[in-house]
Amino acid sequence: MDIFVQQVVSGLATGGIYASLALALVMIYQATDVVNFAQGELAMFATYICWSLINAGLPYWAAFLSTLGIAFVGGVVIERLVIRPVENAPILTIVMVTLGLLVICNSIAGWIWTYVQKPFPSPFPERPFKFDNIVFGAHDLGEIQVTLLVLLCIYLFFRFTPLGLAMRAAAHNPVSSRLVGIRVGCMLALGWGLAAVFGAVAGMMVAPVLTLEPNLMGGVQIYAFAAATLGGFTSPGGAVLGGFIVGVVENLVGTYVSFIGTELKFTVALAMIIVVLLVRPTGLFGTTVVKRV
Amino acid sequence: MSALLDVQALEAFYGRTKALHGVSFSMAEGGITTILGANGAGKTTTLRAISRMVKTTGRIRFEGQPLERRATEDVVQLGIAHAPEGRGTFVHLTVEENLRLGAWGRRERGGLKDDFDRVFGYFPVLRERRRQAAGTLSGGEQQMLAVARALMLRPRLLLLDEPSLGLAPLVVREIFRILKTINQTGVSILLVEQNAALALDLADHVFLLETGRVVMEGPSDVLRRDDAIRRAYLGY
Repeated sequence: MDIFVQQVVSGLATGGIYASLALALVMIYQATDVVNFAQGELAMFATYICWSLINAGLPYWAAFLSTLGIAFVGGVVIERLVIRPVENAPILTIVMVTLGLLVICNSIAGWIWTYVQKPFPSPFPERPFKFDNIVFGAHDLGEIQVTLLVLLCIYLFFRFTPLGLAMRAAAHNPVSSRLVGIRVGCMLALGWGLAAVFGAVAGMMVAPVLTLEPNLMGGVQIYAFAAATLGGFTSPGGAVLGGFIVGVVENLVGTYVSFIGTELKFTVALAMIIVVLLVRPTGLFGTTVVKRV
Repeated sequence: MSALLDVQALEAFYGRTKALHGVSFSMAEGGITTILGANGAGKTTTLRAISRMVKTTGRIRFEGQPLERRATEDVVQLGIAHAPEGRGTFVHLTVEENLRLGAWGRRERGGLKDDFDRVFGYFPVLRERRRQAAGTLSGGEQQMLAVARALMLRPRLLLLDEPSLGLAPLVVREIFRILKTINQTGVSILLVEQNAALALDLADHVFLLETGRVVMEGPSDVLRRDDAIRRAYLGY
């Protein structure tokens, strides 16, 4: 029982990371109908920037917040420079552009920072917390808190601010949005900026566990895809919940199903994607979007 | 009487297909003007051209300012509110959020509460439904929401595309009664309507569009007595 609780908590911790990245994917998907395959690599890049800032002598949280700012600006700039020109191109073209972005980010990171694994600091204490016989990693608990805080902020932003409302409107109904005077293009750029911020949070939280290298987010992105598919690509809340479910299931299966262990854990995510697509293609909370063509 | 809206030699294109073949008309400030015409005559396209949602050549002036080079969202900021065909409701958002968005494009940010009170005064049912997702409203309520949302801009000119479409006659009569009231508060209205009898009752000036051209125009009480109009559009 103790092991079970421990595994669930640490599953929630990694699940929070999947949730952040899944939310980033879903936000961009809702606004532009495109899955941004480069989302994870942008997050990795932001994590390297944070690493450089810390190495330059900045305290952890100062580097963390600066990275969020840089990630936001980076996301906006990439939307303007790379995505905007192909905005009206067929979906496949845009998908290819994001795949290109993935490769470019990965190579540039390798070129600047090399492919050698680097330790990445955790802002949370080393000493684990103990409740009775159950031991929780401090980083796990901190990670969960940071993720929940970010999710809460973003919920409040979208639910209660005029700008958040305008961004939701622009994502759901661009034509009507223009008719009430919303600059839809600006909203899309802001969306890319925010998505990059979620990604950066995910990267900086997962890096202490996995150690930093240019392929840091490759696996995480697959899990985030699983999370978004499970929760539904049309439902931000569903994607978040999906992230936590995938994290917990991955951990429990790895612990209790002996033949899977750590090596085959990855397969679990892919199996989940396939099962969801077969049984309920819209995901748990997604809705079927009817489009006039 | 200077023209509020002046359209000259307007041609509109969907890809290579020409939908308007040189439409010219102008409307005075403070009135209700209606564009009549059969399906495909170019009524909706004319409104879309004013809102810059379709490629055009020719001239469009609003209070003397050219609109041709503006984007849709900049036209809105001049005080032109467009309740489009199909109502343009944000179905996922609540009634209140739809109305808030209606005020997005206007210059002055304050006084939102007064605007809410005003549109709820016109359409009390929207106050009851304010927390409901707009997609759950009936067709009539959604049309009311479309008009209310347009009013949140505090527009000078209201473009209405087929506000009677698919609605019960009683509901239509109610909406048209409120349009008259709105007009009396100083909002000019350009109305596109299939229901010619209704439109002629409401409007003071009429343009008749046929295959992308204005073929007849005049005060509505004159055109109502015109034999050709009576036979073709009023059916008696």
